[in-house]
Amino acid sequence: MYNDKVMEHFRNPKNVGEMTEPDGIGRVGNPTCGDIMQIAIKVKDDRIEDVKFQTFGCGAAIATSSMVTEMVKGKTLDEALHITNRSVAEELGGLPPNKLHCSNLAADALHEAIKDYQAKLGGSNGNGKDKPADGEEKDKHEGQDKHEGQDKHEGKDKPEGKDRPEGKDRPEGKDKH
Amino acid sequence: MAETRRVYLDHAATTPVHPEVVKIMDHYMLEAFGNPSSIHSFGREARKGVEEAREQVAALMGATPNEIAFTSGGTEADNMAIQGVAHGRRDVGNHIITSTIEHHAVLHTCEHLEKAGYKVTYLPVDKYGMVDPDDVKKALTPQTILVTIMAANNEVGTIQPSAEIGRVVKEHGQAYYHIDGVQTYGNWPVNVDDLHADLFSASSHKIYGPKGTGALYIRKGIKLVPLVFGGSHERKRRPGTEGVPGIAGFGKAAEIARETLDQRIAHNTALRDRLISGLLAELDYTRLNGHPTQRLPNNANISVEFVEGESMLLNLDMKGIAASSGSACTSGSLEPSHVLLAMGLPHEIAHGSLRLTVGTDNTMDDIEDVIATLPDIVRRLRAMSPLYADKIKGHSAAPLTPAGEEHHHDV
Ligand SMILES: Cc1ncc(COP(=O)(O)O)c(C=O)c1O
Ligand code: FES
Repeated sequence: MYNDKVMEHFRNPKNVGEMTEPDGIGRVGNPTCGDIMQIAIKVKDDRIEDVKFQTFGCGAAIATSSMVTEMVKGKTLDEALHITNRSVAEELGGLPPNKLHCSNLAADALHEAIKDYQAKLGGSNGNGKDKPADGEEKDKHEGQDKHEGQDKHEGKDKPEGKDRPEGKDRPEGKDKH
Repeated sequence: MAETRRVYLDHAATTPVHPEVVKIMDHYMLEAFGNPSSIHSFGREARKGVEEAREQVAALMGATPNEIAFTSGGTEADNMAIQGVAHGRRDVGNHIITSTIEHHAVLHTCEHLEKAGYKVTYLPVDKYGMVDPDDVKKALTPQTILVTIMAANNEVGTIQPSAEIGRVVKEHGQAYYHIDGVQTYGNWPVNVDDLHADLFSASSHKIYGPKGTGALYIRKGIKLVPLVFGGSHERKRRPGTEGVPGIAGFGKAAEIARETLDQRIAHNTALRDRLISGLLAELDYTRLNGHPTQRLPNNANISVEFVEGESMLLNLDMKGIAASSGSACTSGSLEPSHVLLAMGLPHEIAHGSLRLTVGTDNTMDDIEDVIATLPDIVRRLRAMSPLYADKIKGHSAAPLTPAGEEHHHDV
C-alpha cells in the first residue's frame, strides 16, 4: 500500500529523537485517528539549523515526519512556513488516499514549532516575517495551547481545498463516517 | 524485500487451504464438474459432492444435513439469518437483540434494518468482551423476533456464554436465536442443540477450506425469507447453481476439523499460551485483551502502550511475520476497533493492539521467533514515540494541539 520511498523513510527515519534545548517545539495530535507528532527545531540566523521529530502514529505518519524534517533542514523560517501537508506528501511520491490526513501532522507540527520559536522571541512579528495566516498569538509552548478557534476536530470533513488544488487527495472516509 | 522465513499469525483473518481440500476441489473442477441439477452422470457426481459436504458440515455442529444451506461465506450466512428472520417475522414483532462486539456482517445488517423501521438493542460487554445472559433476559420483549450474538469474538477471542444465552432466549419469549459461529466452528466444539441455536453461521476459509463458501444452519421448522430468488437450489433457501468445488472443499475441511479437533485445540492452545506469556514477560506496559481463560485457543490479543498498531504490523511484516491490529490507523475507517472500544479500552490502548492468531501450520519455533522479534520492534518504535518520552520523564500526557490543515491557512 505504501510506495518504496515511504517505506524507506518508515524503515530508516531521518532526524528522529529528542532535541536538547530546542528553540521551538510543536506538538500536534491527529484529530482523525488520534496520533501524535512532535517537532523540535533549532534556529540560527533565521534558518532551521537542526530539526528532530518524535511520532506516535502509523507508517505514513512516521514517513511524513521524517520527510518534513529532511525538507526543512537549512531552510529559512519563511520557506519552512510555506511547506504544506501536500508538498510533504508529494515529496514522498504520494500516499494512499486514506493516509493523506497523516501528512497534516508533519506540516502542522513544524508550523507550531516555528510559531513557538517566534512567540519565545517575544513578538508577534518575529523578524518581520510572514506569519501563518491564522496569525494566532501563541502565548505558550509545548502544546499547552489548546486552540479555541479550531472549528473542527473531526478532520473528516474535507479540506477546504486550500493547498490542495485538485482536492482529490483527501481521506476517503470509508464506511464509518 | 528479501523474504527469508515467513510466519503467518493471522488465522482469524483466513487460513491456508489444507492439501486434501485442494485435492478434492481439483476433482470437482477437473472431473466431476457437472451441474448438480443435471440428470446425467456428470451432474450426479457433482450432486454427490454437494450432499457429502452437507453431511460433513452438519456433523461438525451436531445438525442434520437438511438443516444446512450453503452460502457464499459467513457474511452471507449472517445476512441470510438476520434479514431472513426480520422479513419473515415482521408480523410477529420488530425487535432484534445483538451485541456491540459483533462482526460487521451482523452489525451493519442490523443497522440497515433499523433504517427500515426495526428496533435493535446493542448489548454492552464487560471488560473482557463478554455478554451477560442476564442482559439478554432484560432486553427481551414480546416484540423480540431475533437474538443474534456471536459464539466467539474474532478480534479478542472471547468465547461467549452461548448456551446460557440460548437457554434464556428459549425460556423467555418467542425470539429465534442466531449465532455467528464463524470463529468457533472448526476451532472449538460446537453443538447446535446444546447451544439452543435456531440459526448458526459458519465459514469455510477460517477452517482451512476455500474462501467464498459458508453455511447457515437453519433448524427444522424455522422459516426465513431468502435473500435471493431463483431456482430451487438449497431448497429455495439460497438459489443459484451450487459452488460445487468450494462446497466440497468446505465439507472436507469440516471433516478434517471434526477428526482432529482435540489435537487442533491442544496444539493451538499450547502455542497461544506460550505466545501470550512470552510477550507479556518480554514487554513492559503491555496487557492481554479479551478474557484470560474463556478465549479461543488460537487467539492472542495484546496492547502495547505508546506504540501504534500499524507501525508494529509493518515492522513485523518486514521480518516476515503476519499479524493484525485494531488500531485506528489500520482500520480504513480510521476509527479504532469497535470491539476494543466496547470493552472500555481507551483509544490509546486500542491504538497499540496487536492480534496474533495461530493455526495448525504454526510451530513453536514460529512463536519463539515472534517473542524474539517483537521486543526490538517495540523498543525502536517507543524510542521515537513522544508519548513514551513523556512516560519515562514522568509527565502525564501533554495536552495537544489538534492538527488538521483546516485551521491553518496557506502557510
Ligand atoms: C465473527 C465473524 N463473522 C463473520 C465473518 C465473515 O465471514 P466471511 O469472510 O466468510 O464472509 C467473519 C470473518 O471475518 C468473522 O470473523
Ligand atoms: S497517523 Fe493514524 S492513520 Fe496515519
